[in-house]
Amino acid sequence: MALSRLSLRSNSFLKPLAATALPTSIRRHVSTDTTPITIETAVPFTSHLCEAPSRSVETSSEEILAFFRDMARMRRMEIAADSLYKAKLIRGFCHLYDGQEALAVGMEAAITRKDAIITSYRDHCTFLGRGGELVDAFSELMGRKRGCSNGKGGSMHFYKKDASFYGGHGIVGAQIPLGCGLAFAQKYSKEENVTFTLYGDGAANQGQLFEALNIAALWDLPAILVCENNHYGMGTATWRSAKSPAYFKRGDYVPGLKVDGMDALAVKQACKFAKEHALKNGPIILEMDTYRYHGHSMSDPGSTYRTRDEISGVRQVRDPIERVRKLLLSHDIATEKELKDMEKEVRKEVDDAVAQAKESPVPEPSELFTNMYVKDCGVESFGADRKELKVTLP
Amino acid sequence: MWGIMRQRAVDGGLAASSLRRTRSALVSARSYAAGSKEMTVRDALNSAIDEEMSADPKVFVMGEEVGQYQGAYKITKGLLEKYGPERVYDTPITEAGFTGIGVGAAYAGLKPVVEFMTFNFSMQAIDHIINSAAKSNYMSAGQINVPIVFRGPNGAAAGVGAQHSQCYAAWYASVPGLKVLAPYSAEDARGLLKAAIRDPDPVVFLENELLYGESFPISEEALDSSFCLPIGKAKIEREGKDVTIVTFSKMVGFALKAAEKLAEEGISAEVINLRSIRPLDRATINASVRKTSRLVTVEEGFPQHGVCAEICASVVEESFSYLDAPVERIAGADVPMPYAANLERLALPQVEDIVRAAKRACYRSK
Repeated sequence: MALSRLSLRSNSFLKPLAATALPTSIRRHVSTDTTPITIETAVPFTSHLCEAPSRSVETSSEEILAFFRDMARMRRMEIAADSLYKAKLIRGFCHLYDGQEALAVGMEAAITRKDAIITSYRDHCTFLGRGGELVDAFSELMGRKRGCSNGKGGSMHFYKKDASFYGGHGIVGAQIPLGCGLAFAQKYSKEENVTFTLYGDGAANQGQLFEALNIAALWDLPAILVCENNHYGMGTATWRSAKSPAYFKRGDYVPGLKVDGMDALAVKQACKFAKEHALKNGPIILEMDTYRYHGHSMSDPGSTYRTRDEISGVRQVRDPIERVRKLLLSHDIATEKELKDMEKEVRKEVDDAVAQAKESPVPEPSELFTNMYVKDCGVESFGADRKELKVTLP
Repeated sequence: MWGIMRQRAVDGGLAASSLRRTRSALVSARSYAAGSKEMTVRDALNSAIDEEMSADPKVFVMGEEVGQYQGAYKITKGLLEKYGPERVYDTPITEAGFTGIGVGAAYAGLKPVVEFMTFNFSMQAIDHIINSAAKSNYMSAGQINVPIVFRGPNGAAAGVGAQHSQCYAAWYASVPGLKVLAPYSAEDARGLLKAAIRDPDPVVFLENELLYGESFPISEEALDSSFCLPIGKAKIEREGKDVTIVTFSKMVGFALKAAEKLAEEGISAEVINLRSIRPLDRATINASVRKTSRLVTVEEGFPQHGVCAEICASVVEESFSYLDAPVERIAGADVPMPYAANLERLALPQVEDIVRAAKRACYRSK
């Protein structure tokens, strides 16, 4: 790996940074320094029924670099998935997350693997953020047994229980009460952990959200509802689906925070704040202002309900990876070449994972009947022709 | 007449497959006229809704992406432009809410056509379909009827996984007060949807995503704006004398292919397209079994308590002494739908399954 061949800077060389950039005379190699750096978010937080956290985010060179690498990996994964879908190696539905990467990485930076995350069908990058492997993701997308759900779930049903990632849900809004249930269990078991339940602006009007939120508030559950507001519910813009698109205020009696979701550091700050709040005071809503470059899914061109100018505009001005690149360059944490090399490495990582996944076998036919129940009772199950294929469940 | 039809079909320059369809055309009173026109199921549904909206100002369309997006599957394409936002309503993603609103509008005498992007999402609204719509006429002793249509794709598509592949025919068809229809061909789609929209009772209209793009020959009669098919009548798609195959929706196509294969082996299969799951045309089914003495039922949905189970029960109850072989059921596998392509294929009925079951009923070895 290129990084390890570069010399590491010792702490004495580093001076704590203010918001201003270092003088350009100091040239650094790519840094893995963990000395705290403080960065101001570009956009302030807007709060509802709470005091917004500070715009000054504590971070480090190492963390910002990790953001860059992780987001680049997520971006490349989604672009590779686009090609695989067009090549018909991925079937069915495929909902891509490119543009929204800052959310996944910023959240992970604020929490532990004991905190739970549950999300919708737009779950590939969330899975990666929770420590999922690229090859497991691509294998699942291509219906191979190496996939994270053994090929039985598909794009919308990635899970990683050992990292407290509870999927991957196909029905809009269903994950919200489920997430509150995870929070319920955390409180019941007296763990000091929280649950982040992710949903989109499309799901924000679902009745079940308000039902679960009401209970979460009544019972002080450590539930953090995160609205990934990418401004379109499939083809319907927020102004056409919500009387009040101020999603962070929709909790009414539940506090909320509006966050620049394209800024990984702002996301980190907000999630840190939300975790502290939820452990003490119960539910809180985070509205992440974000954007998806692709259409709703691979079946949606994404250009019949928004202009190409809008999409390219966001890419030019707010792209989360470019944001972090500029930060790394302006703070002299890495050079342009080093970052480009990192991107090349990531690209190779992704290509290798795709190649590996392509080689991996499909599930055995007997897998049709596995994992129906945890405990069988000599239950019989049948194939399409019940006289031809009858199985006692394993 | 048969010869004339074939001649006309050849003159019309039809593709081989639709030629086969006209070859196996029905011999009931409503036969196809010269079928040189073809129509996709999508266009058939679109034209049906269009014509009914034109004929009756109380008819309106409601659902996700039905307006500006032109319909998630383009079934409602062009309707917003033609009729405006007071007849075509884009809803938020809130099935329980908008379905309840639709049923309420029907209580007041309007005629909503509510689209579910797939029937999997109707589960969010099932209380309104059953408790608010199906039972109202009965509970109110006829004061409140509910002239609503719930429509959308039902059953498996291709690779959409466990939460997006379920068939709801058996669930909805078990409810008294509902009418449940399942078209196969373009003519079915037009005639049944127009009938459903005109019907004063709640109708669950189960389409199939994979059939939307399929073309079928369509008669002049079926293209007429007054065309309507009766609710509760099955159609004999192919006459036969050795075994009766009963099914609905996409499986009708599979059954017809199976009948072709069986014919090559000297077995003459009669294929019945249910068209209507509730009311179930028990008379046509039993008359056919009394003729052939053998029954194969086919559906895509889960086997336990399925549509096929009801058909088998009906035949065993009413035509037991006519049966020469045990009744056969081919259904979806008794598992949630897996994503992997090879597993998905195993989870759904294939033509060879239908052929095998028919041969078993005829006591023929493989």
